[in-house]
Amino acid sequence: MLAVVGTVTDQDFPLTTGNINMIDGQLCINGKNLLTNRGTPALLGAMVTTLNTLSPSTDNIQDTTGFIAGDIGLGNGSSKLYQYLVENIPHMDIDVIVFHYLQPDVDWHNKILFKLNDLKKKPVIIADAGFMYAAKMSGLATSYDLFTPDVGELAFLADEKAPHPFYTRGFILHKNNKIPDLITRAYFHENAAKHLLVKGSTDYIADENGIMFSVNSPATETMEAIGGTGDTLTGIVTALIGTGMKIPKAAKIAAKVNRLAGYYANPTPATQVDEIIKCIPIALKKILKEIENPVSPIR
Amino acid sequence: MLSIFKNKKDTILSKEGLGILVFENTSEVIQAEKTLKSNNVKIRVMGPPPGIQTGCDLVIEFELIKELNILRLLKKADISPQQIVPVTDPLLIPVDLFHVKNFGAFLMVRAANMKITIEIETQLIVNISGGGCPDVPYLACKMVGKTLAQAPDPLEIGHTLCGYALGLAFEEIKKQC
Repeated sequence: MLAVVGTVTDQDFPLTTGNINMIDGQLCINGKNLLTNRGTPALLGAMVTTLNTLSPSTDNIQDTTGFIAGDIGLGNGSSKLYQYLVENIPHMDIDVIVFHYLQPDVDWHNKILFKLNDLKKKPVIIADAGFMYAAKMSGLATSYDLFTPDVGELAFLADEKAPHPFYTRGFILHKNNKIPDLITRAYFHENAAKHLLVKGSTDYIADENGIMFSVNSPATETMEAIGGTGDTLTGIVTALIGTGMKIPKAAKIAAKVNRLAGYYANPTPATQVDEIIKCIPIALKKILKEIENPVSPIR
Repeated sequence: MLSIFKNKKDTILSKEGLGILVFENTSEVIQAEKTLKSNNVKIRVMGPPPGIQTGCDLVIEFELIKELNILRLLKKADISPQQIVPVTDPLLIPVDLFHVKNFGAFLMVRAANMKITIEIETQLIVNISGGGCPDVPYLACKMVGKTLAQAPDPLEIGHTLCGYALGLAFEEIKKQC
């Protein structure tokens, strides 16, 4: 199972689990439609689009399961998800799990992580957004396989005292142009996952030994203003990891695909991210063609 | 009330003369900040000390000598702090840097990890990005497509630190226009 845990903006959206499908361009979970214009649905849209491009023979991704609830920042939907996961993770067969827009809560985070660590087959664990904040604050970041921070969030990971990006200390924020230093500092304080995919004007793939790859082309400056472009990158890399691809390779390809999809969308700062998601198939095909060793289709 | 009295006793021990008001959630902090500032009470919104951090917190730092008046004002506004704690260690200071980026016809302001972008001529909010708390997509949903004058204030409808940061960016971009 490729599992995605996150929230949507309708606070009445009940805790919903089930296969994620794309039907006629519309993302849905258990018959409920989700708009892919921001947040976790943008991640899901990019992920399912990537999987469908790799496996064009079917629109249904049978083993892609969403765990979704409405939450507008009060934490109630996130709590329902946390409770559900703590109770049900022991019975799940998870290959890859990604946590996304969720209320940061260290206590719940720890309960969930311990359940995942107790599984006989430990899944690949990816965290982005609010759950990554909780993961860092818990002191258990090294239990994760991949974090996908932007540059500001990398500074937060590098600041061993900050419990949230809102409190990143100025002298660390000022190192924004020194990504390698921030990565080193994040690993030194054990506040990074085994791999980092740092999203920005240049994307970096790193591990505890330093930067493995950087991707800076094509450069589309306006993407910085567009909400959800980080979510799409997390969605693409999750899908590729879900095919069994190694994390560094998946991260490198995902960075290239996300940038190229942004380029193809010819965006202005007013462009919405679903326009970029639509360009993922052509970007993915081009990148996979460029690398001589294309990934196998999803089974 | 008992806990307040208990903590009042504690506050006497404060060497620095400062205390913090701890609330159940960030929304209450924002409401309390608004109430106190509108009554000209000198306060600062800060990060909590490690012992009471849960992951997405703000607290209000105040002068202990003004505690009674502050509690009276908050009670009138129907806001109750969970705890009143003396400041014994340095508190975390929120990011207060704004980055402004001009894209020609568009202007983007970043506060901490939150970014808001408008079309300059129409003052239409065209995008909101950054952040990781679940009210970020919600706030984007409520604000994108509205003008700065029409859009709801994130400080009114947001609930988390990311929402608070977006509120600061929203105030700053209005100043820039």
